[in-house]
Amino acid sequence: MNAVDEKHLIDAAGNHYLDWLESEAIHIMREVAAECSNPALLFSGGKDSVVLLRIAEKAFHPGKFPFPLVHIDTGHNFAEVIEFRDRRTAELGERLIVRRVEESIKRGTVRLRNPETDSRNAAQAVTLLETITEFQFDACIGGARRDEEKARAKERIFSFRDEFGQWNPRAQRPELWDLYNTRLHPGENMRVFPISNWTELDVWQYIAREKLALPSIYFAHERQVISRNGFLVPLTDLTQIQKNEVAETRIVRFRTVGDISCTCPVASDAATVEAIIAETAISRVTERGATRMDDQTSEASMEHRKKAGYF
Amino acid sequence: MSDMISRQVLQASAKGYGLLRFITAGSVDDGKSTLIGRLLFDSKGIFSDQLEAMSQARYRRSMGDAIDLSLLTDGLEAEREQGITIDVAYRYFATPKRKFIIADTPGHEQYTRNMVTGASTADAVIILIDASKVELSDNGRVTLLEQTKRHSVIAYLLQIAHVVVAINKMDLVNYDQTVYTHIVQAYQEFAQQVGLENIRAIPLSALTGDNVVASSDKMPWYQGPTLIEWLESLSVYDDCHDKPLRFPVQLVARHHGHEAHGFRGYMGRIEAGKVSKGDKLLVQPSGLNATVKDILMLDRSLESAAVGQSVTLLLEEYLDISRGDMLTAADHPARQLKTVTADVCWLSEEPLDPRRKYWLKHTTNQVVARVTKIHALLDVNTQQKHPVNTLQLNDIASITLNMQRPLIADAYNMNRSTGSFILIDEVTHQTVAAGMIRLNDSGAENAS
Repeated sequence: MNAVDEKHLIDAAGNHYLDWLESEAIHIMREVAAECSNPALLFSGGKDSVVLLRIAEKAFHPGKFPFPLVHIDTGHNFAEVIEFRDRRTAELGERLIVRRVEESIKRGTVRLRNPETDSRNAAQAVTLLETITEFQFDACIGGARRDEEKARAKERIFSFRDEFGQWNPRAQRPELWDLYNTRLHPGENMRVFPISNWTELDVWQYIAREKLALPSIYFAHERQVISRNGFLVPLTDLTQIQKNEVAETRIVRFRTVGDISCTCPVASDAATVEAIIAETAISRVTERGATRMDDQTSEASMEHRKKAGYF
Repeated sequence: MSDMISRQVLQASAKGYGLLRFITAGSVDDGKSTLIGRLLFDSKGIFSDQLEAMSQARYRRSMGDAIDLSLLTDGLEAEREQGITIDVAYRYFATPKRKFIIADTPGHEQYTRNMVTGASTADAVIILIDASKVELSDNGRVTLLEQTKRHSVIAYLLQIAHVVVAINKMDLVNYDQTVYTHIVQAYQEFAQQVGLENIRAIPLSALTGDNVVASSDKMPWYQGPTLIEWLESLSVYDDCHDKPLRFPVQLVARHHGHEAHGFRGYMGRIEAGKVSKGDKLLVQPSGLNATVKDILMLDRSLESAAVGQSVTLLLEEYLDISRGDMLTAADHPARQLKTVTADVCWLSEEPLDPRRKYWLKHTTNQVVARVTKIHALLDVNTQQKHPVNTLQLNDIASITLNMQRPLIADAYNMNRSTGSFILIDEVTHQTVAAGMIRLNDSGAENAS
């Protein structure tokens, strides 16, 4: 490498790549605030949506967020996450709307073969669409990232959904430079993903840099688990032990938090953000691959869910 | 990946060598997906569960004993079934030197539209040439494929800063230096005609990995960098640092909902230059003068801020400024254009209708626009220009637009952000065109 290139690399170092990702995300959130008439931010208490809250603080300080927070609650939650969700919302003084898959089941719009124990992850899409209709949201900001999953790699930052909430990968609007087309007809809506370009490692490095608080289950803790099909299934009321299985106590942490019935922890003694970053950098398995049983049912699970209105 | 390498990745990202966004141009047959798979695989941007999913893939393309790396980049069910790629996909990987984002664009009928989309945010382009497919005449003359020319013309129009020609499938031509040299010669001649500069050429094989990440021992005659070394060495130093300030106003923040508290912040991202406390700025289009009182980033007050930063500016004066206005360097304002000449790429299956109005989105501004003249259609294969009455999907043409209100703009070759726009159909709401503003220096278009 010649001297000129070295100089440029050093110059560029002043413009840290995390700053670039952050600035892009702030720009996207402000575009939503400016161009959408009734947006919402999807906040689950998970690490990606925690990053979104930080971006929103930076985008709108000293003002309040120009949108409410929305949680689509599967009812199958880890208690630590719900506790964290409520605490963080109260600290920020923002408005939180919670809508429950349970209510959709009661209404009859969600039917599950086994309502108690089936994963409610896919059913979330139904409740989300009902919530969008109830509040007339025209844009929902979400923490999905393109590195998570192959269907998400093809997702736009401003992702158009038709009046049935469906994603049509063949008819996406071309997205050029950072000029986002936010035009909608009544009934249509947008999903907006400000951290599309972030990787799992970027998210953890940002959490470290910004010293963001997270639900405790992201860090190493003792938990009763069952080894099943290569996953460490947490032993809970919803995930019972089966014949010939043995429960054991392991030191684990969660890489993602979602519906209890389909989210598994990984064996890890990483108890700090720094230790998690070190592990993430050498991980040989994707975040969802290690933890989501619902992505394993077919090669196109996420694609099917997204087409049905999932974020 | 060994622990040592991953530690280097961490150190590099902590130091921030900068993110590089690039695009690969080539068709399926050129081995584009294989090249991307190879970059991800050799840099270990592939995870073991993805490899396993590949081995479970229902639809396989035969590639002998080797892993079909191209399967890694096929996202959707329909694509796997048909063995094609539908749309732009984005891939992420890192080396010990820097982080990368690849815009992976498919190479069939809608190629121009997809490549233009991917190219709009790219710092670099890899143009793939299949060494086994070029025609080599007896006197050593090479005829380049039309698609190679098309990719190069788009790279030029979109002003991608760095171009590499990857002469792929060298394994199929016995790693022959003569083949490589002839192709490079032909390409250099063509690039000169198009106007592309600073072309780098690398002989490689995506399939075998020669010169992709590791140096090839089969081509000792090539002394240059491998593809990944070249990508790692590129400058991402944004030359917009040295240009006059451009700050399109995204949002006006009025704290507590009314102005009595005196807080009026102008939120936006700096698209060129820098701004410091005390700077005298021009408000465009009103022409009023403003003085920077403070620069806010969350709860911090900054002395100055530079291109790429999203900040909130407070001004000394109380002025009427709204979204779509631009704060600029008082001594180097942007142009105010009621009429603009631009190169556009038509992105919609519905052709351009010159009788209709379109919404034009430029920076944070939206105006109503009408196409008043289509100067010439560019044949991207032959570089010839033809007169036309309308534009079809994938057409690239020079046009003139009339706006209901002026744009505060620069030429695209001066600034991508303030020189680009999209057109939106006011009925279907589809994004129908991407435009790059061209200015001559006489200021003839400058009608304010």
